[in-house]
Amino acid sequence: MTTTPRWRALTQHHLFWPVAVLVLLLLINVPFTPDFFAIKMTDGHLYGSLVSIVLFGSPLILVAVGMTLVIATGGIDLSVGAVVAITGALTCSYISDQSDQGALAGVFLAMGIGLVAAVVCGLWNGFLVARMGIQPIIATLIIMVAGRGVAQLITDGQIITINSEPYKLIGGGYWLTLPFSIFVVAAVVAVTVALTRRTALGLLVEAVGGNAEASRLVGIRSRRIKIMVYVFCALCAGIAGLMISSNTSAADGNNAGLWIELDAILAVVIGGTSLLGGRFSIGGTVVGALVIQTLTTTIYTIGVPTQTNLVFKAAVVIVVCLLQSPKFRAKVFGARFGAKGGGKPSATPTDTTPSTATAPKMEVS
Amino acid sequence: MSTATQTPTATDSGRTPSRATRLLGDRRLPVLVTATLFLVMYAAGLSRYANYGFGEPQVFLNLFIDNGYLLVAAVGATFVILSGGIDLSVGSVIGFTTMLTAWLVEKQGLPVLVVIPIALGVGAFGGFLMGYVIHNFEIQPFIVTLAGLFLFRGLCLVISKESISIGDSTVSSMAQAQASLGVGFLSVGAIVSLVVLAVAFYVLHYTRFGRRVYAIGGNEQSALLMGLPQGGTKIAVYTVSGFCSALAGLLFTLYIQSGDPLHATGMELDAIAAVVIGGTLLTGGSGYVLGTLFGVLVLGLIKSIIQFEGTLSSWWTKIATGVLLCAFILIQRAMTTRKKT
Repeated sequence: MTTTPRWRALTQHHLFWPVAVLVLLLLINVPFTPDFFAIKMTDGHLYGSLVSIVLFGSPLILVAVGMTLVIATGGIDLSVGAVVAITGALTCSYISDQSDQGALAGVFLAMGIGLVAAVVCGLWNGFLVARMGIQPIIATLIIMVAGRGVAQLITDGQIITINSEPYKLIGGGYWLTLPFSIFVVAAVVAVTVALTRRTALGLLVEAVGGNAEASRLVGIRSRRIKIMVYVFCALCAGIAGLMISSNTSAADGNNAGLWIELDAILAVVIGGTSLLGGRFSIGGTVVGALVIQTLTTTIYTIGVPTQTNLVFKAAVVIVVCLLQSPKFRAKVFGARFGAKGGGKPSATPTDTTPSTATAPKMEVS
Repeated sequence: MSTATQTPTATDSGRTPSRATRLLGDRRLPVLVTATLFLVMYAAGLSRYANYGFGEPQVFLNLFIDNGYLLVAAVGATFVILSGGIDLSVGSVIGFTTMLTAWLVEKQGLPVLVVIPIALGVGAFGGFLMGYVIHNFEIQPFIVTLAGLFLFRGLCLVISKESISIGDSTVSSMAQAQASLGVGFLSVGAIVSLVVLAVAFYVLHYTRFGRRVYAIGGNEQSALLMGLPQGGTKIAVYTVSGFCSALAGLLFTLYIQSGDPLHATGMELDAIAAVVIGGTLLTGGSGYVLGTLFGVLVLGLIKSIIQFEGTLSSWWTKIATGVLLCAFILIQRAMTTRKKT
């Protein structure tokens, strides 16, 4: 980050691999379904594989964007799946209690209640991590375990189904020929990018992730930044929860958002954000989330039995992580790739000689 | 993450060692707290459900019978957490083992005595692979074991999407075998889990390997500088965890007598929660495997109290676990703050 042109070059390199994987995955589909890229107009709505990838991937994109900022501060948020469940449960149970489920005011109030609950979860996580100084994995584990219980408590262990036209819009409705959730995602991503890249906020987040103590001494309120980031992540998860429950018109305390935290972390890692914190890429995360959704769709279209989905995912995680590991690159590709990989924002971009054995550790501490 | 834990030390100024802080500094405190909590909960259960047979010795022994598999899994997780890592693949390996065992016994017709070593070997090998990747390529344990979680759960589904019930006579006779203790009985699973606990206790406290686990968890850099074989230990720790998970899977198979691709989903959280409630520091290097026993017993007791209460629904287990987890993390936090100043 010494000079602007170099930073730009890094960013371009940094997005190159995730995008390449995405394009490759999309192209794999073509031999199996020739009209894969075709988008049809039916009843004033656009249909097509690309549209449905974005539609089904939108909750994941939202959660992953929130997760990116948390990971950029060197933390991790395991509670997003539980937050998704809580938000969906609260909102649906409030709507189902209304006499007129279609009333706009009631729906807005219900969504407000759900999102407030999400923010409270985020505040709690942020409080534990920033004020009490507890490891993020552990601090968020609490809500991950207890949250599902709370969600089931709210829904009384049942699956609450609702029938509300306005609420259906957010996750399953259409607006201007496109699924409405795409607009929600676009708005959230745009606001996040604007806030982090157009203001100093992104730099502050990266500074806290790089070294919380140093940034505090420099005069950054690192605790406040951390709390803010967890609240933002929970809010994103809350919106995703609204989307998921609205898409199915039901709140399932047990299964809503199950494993979404793992998918979100995976999306962030594929997008090139280092789990050590200190730098992040919202664009990479969006691409990463799309890669995961495309992978799922691809597995369906090429006719591989769907149960191998998880095995594929595991393989992708391992390959992506190995490629990100400087040590692995040094071992397998030798110095040749090390020099080429210099463009990648790894811990030690140019130096992949055996000294890397200690280099990454130095950066953590 | 290490930076996050250091922040409050700069602001803390209370350095005079009072009695309270000395008490907080005692490494055995969390185990004692858990043990006390267990006794208090048990006593509360006794007084509340005295008329419903809570006081019978068999209710206490059932804690071991119903949670033997969790105890074995949690012992494996204790090794990993003591070394400063984390293993998220526990639940999946358990699920996979139930599936593999059921498939080999029912569909392939292999005798159980052949299947058991195969299942244990596969689990240990899975753990070894994860440890190998974690050590040699310096990828975070969290991500590697997450990949393991996906992989093993996926392999379950590859074997079969349907659950396979086991009708083999050897298995059912093993499952029904009981060891009488005079006041009650223990199942095979409960005895195996207690043996595992005893072995783990010996290994962790009386062998070189155990010392190394503590040393690496305490401070990896200094362990390396002291010349401890760090790589071997790390890989061994994950192998132990994989082995314990597979063994837990076998016990779970005995307990439930079927293989199902969705068995033991989220069991890794129960195992980690039991370890934390048992007083092991998640940063590694401090804790006792006996604490894990109490952690498992407390979780088991919550379940049986909820059963005895009757009106409470199963999700209260999760909420109670979360609340306990939170309380114990805060105790740990108070302890580590004191140690660093």
